[in-house]
Amino acid sequence: MQENFSDGFVKAVEWRGDLAVTITRDKLHEAAQFLHDDPAMDFDYIVHVSSVDWPDDEERFEVVYEFYSIRKRHRIRLKTRVPESDCWVDSLTDIWKGADFMEREVYDMMGIRFRHHPDLRRILMPDDYAEGYPLRKDFPLRGKGWRDTFEFLDETAR
Amino acid sequence: MGLIQLGRQEKDGAPDVITMSVEKAVNWARKGSLWPMTFGLACCAIEMIAAVSSRYDMDRYGAGVFRASPRQSDLMIVAGTVCRRMAPVIRKIYDQMPEPKYVIAMGSCATSGNIYDSYSVVQGVDRFVPVDIYVPGCPPTPEALFDGILKLQERIMQKRVFVKQPEQVKAGFKA
Amino acid sequence: MAFEDQRTTVYKVDPTHPESESLPTLRTEELLLNMGPQHPSTHGVLKVILELEGERLVKSTPVMGFLHRGVEKLAEDGTYHQFIPHTDRLDYVCAMYNNFAYCRAVEKLMNITVPERAEYLRTIVAEVQRIIGHQFWLGTQALDIGAMTVFFYCFRDREILLDWFDELCGARLTTSWYRIGGVERDFTPSLLAKLKQFLEYFPPKIDEYIVFLEKNRIWLARTKGVAVVSAEDAVNFGLSGPTLRGSGVDYDLRKAEPYSAYPKCEFNVPLGKNGDTYDRYWIRVMELYESVKIVRQCLEQMQEGPIMADVPSVTLPPKERVFTNLESMIQQFKLFSQGFNAPPGEIYCGTEAHKGELGFYIVSTGGGKPYRLKIRAPSFIHMGAFDHMSRGYMIADAITLFGTYDIVMGECDR
Repeated sequence: MQENFSDGFVKAVEWRGDLAVTITRDKLHEAAQFLHDDPAMDFDYIVHVSSVDWPDDEERFEVVYEFYSIRKRHRIRLKTRVPESDCWVDSLTDIWKGADFMEREVYDMMGIRFRHHPDLRRILMPDDYAEGYPLRKDFPLRGKGWRDTFEFLDETAR
Repeated sequence: MGLIQLGRQEKDGAPDVITMSVEKAVNWARKGSLWPMTFGLACCAIEMIAAVSSRYDMDRYGAGVFRASPRQSDLMIVAGTVCRRMAPVIRKIYDQMPEPKYVIAMGSCATSGNIYDSYSVVQGVDRFVPVDIYVPGCPPTPEALFDGILKLQERIMQKRVFVKQPEQVKAGFKA
Repeated sequence: MAFEDQRTTVYKVDPTHPESESLPTLRTEELLLNMGPQHPSTHGVLKVILELEGERLVKSTPVMGFLHRGVEKLAEDGTYHQFIPHTDRLDYVCAMYNNFAYCRAVEKLMNITVPERAEYLRTIVAEVQRIIGHQFWLGTQALDIGAMTVFFYCFRDREILLDWFDELCGARLTTSWYRIGGVERDFTPSLLAKLKQFLEYFPPKIDEYIVFLEKNRIWLARTKGVAVVSAEDAVNFGLSGPTLRGSGVDYDLRKAEPYSAYPKCEFNVPLGKNGDTYDRYWIRVMELYESVKIVRQCLEQMQEGPIMADVPSVTLPPKERVFTNLESMIQQFKLFSQGFNAPPGEIYCGTEAHKGELGFYIVSTGGGKPYRLKIRAPSFIHMGAFDHMSRGYMIADAITLFGTYDIVMGECDR
């Protein structure tokens, strides 16, 4: 993989038996396509899409994809970094349909937008949730008061 | 005081007669046929289902007929974690139930939020719905739920039926 | 959420019809039906917005998040040991398996080897939990389709095993018996005897369940050919567990990446052919037989030995010593309040839970609390395929779909 994407490739780490490859954002879609289509790689199963927030780094968010090949029985983790100011990544829903809901969850929880995603809306929080993105490190655990306000109570007549 | 004559089997020639106030009779009928509504939200729902199943049979207390529609039920057992997103739905369904209606908060999540002190969990369903009985546990065993239902039945027996409720009670609980 | 647009189809009357002049044109519209978060089907708080043409589903949009408890954020706030009860409540029908998956993930992170007896104990209890979970599934699926008898029979047998769990660890449903590095307590002789008795009692009961459903015309009509998913689509969506194996894809983590005591047991993995509801039902019932087989083999092979790994900086001391020995008490206190020192790094560990592949992706920066803990929940991913699987079927099949996917909202929403 290093030879195919030498300009986008950042680093590869193997730890406790897991291989994690970091790649730049603009090469992400190409790399994922290669992982899916190349017969030696043959990663046909998407395991999960998730995100990690590193608030002290300049490229704050890390989007993590994990793939598995059912026929070849090998795994790989593909990571990319995204800065907060320019917070988007290419969506992989055209390669793996299962990425649809998983990317929506990443958007909902971290605020990372996915370009060319068919329906990027919040999935676990309500659509009009305005307090922010819960899994970011600067978001308080107990929220910002939404859980205790019940505006619908004023509308009910007894 | 009303007189209710029940035609029972004549054992020794004398007809049996039960005398009780109408209020007591009404309360007895109400407690003996509590129709709960299926409102299982999370894990407590599984124990509620187990309470209805063959081993712990809730039907023998009269509370076995689970109605899916709020219009035909008089007991709402809120079983499980109440998330803020679900709160308007719970309130709407509570309002759709006809009087007299009772609410049992089953489990620690419905009582107080349990270990989920997070941004999306309401810390107890009593923040927006008046609760009659709290059943603690995580999840409470079916026997604990029965304890709650029996206590509710005792409470129903004590209620005044033909007295006008004061305005504060009618207005309900406002957090 | 704006779902205002309704598509209108205008049917023109056939002009060669003798009365075509006087007959008006027939207008039909697609109907948007909200199957709200509160409905009798017991699968929890899930809202589905169905677009219907007559009774056929054109598109269905699942709306989730009514049970979103913020568990991933809560994980960052507590130590690794403190997260075990949270995992119980993810897939609350199969609590032990969630504990198992999580403990395996943390053990991979910490590079701890679990002693052999503990592995056998874990496998036995995990398979017993699988039996409980599949019985619950069968009961509720049958109830949704209308076969109430099967529901009562399954729950009757489930109660025997729940009593067994009660004796083992004190809780029926949300058990937290697994610990990082082993298990909390060993089997007593009474538990072993009861388990052996259950293994004799149970297989005829599975035959009984099959007898109710196998030739039942209504069951066959409602499950054969319903919610078909092809093998390619299933893999592309990321489905796992019986939902994937129903389409014929041989992917079972117990065989693909064997863990715990599974490599030492011989068992088959049932595979379906058509990818419809009937195949998935059949696979789960066959898995009941296989679970009984695995438990039997583990009971035979199990030897005496320790039940917790001997890594004092990570694993908890036995409870009896905590109350008598000062050192153990201090160790327990420290492990729960500060946590153990996890090495910086990240791992992913997947386990074959009874619904599919349950995985934990843990990122650690050192210290006692996880930096990021992501739960790969099979129910959430299966919901992604709900729309695709439901097109063209009737409304009543939507209920069958919930059942065949075996969705549990605790896991889906976390």
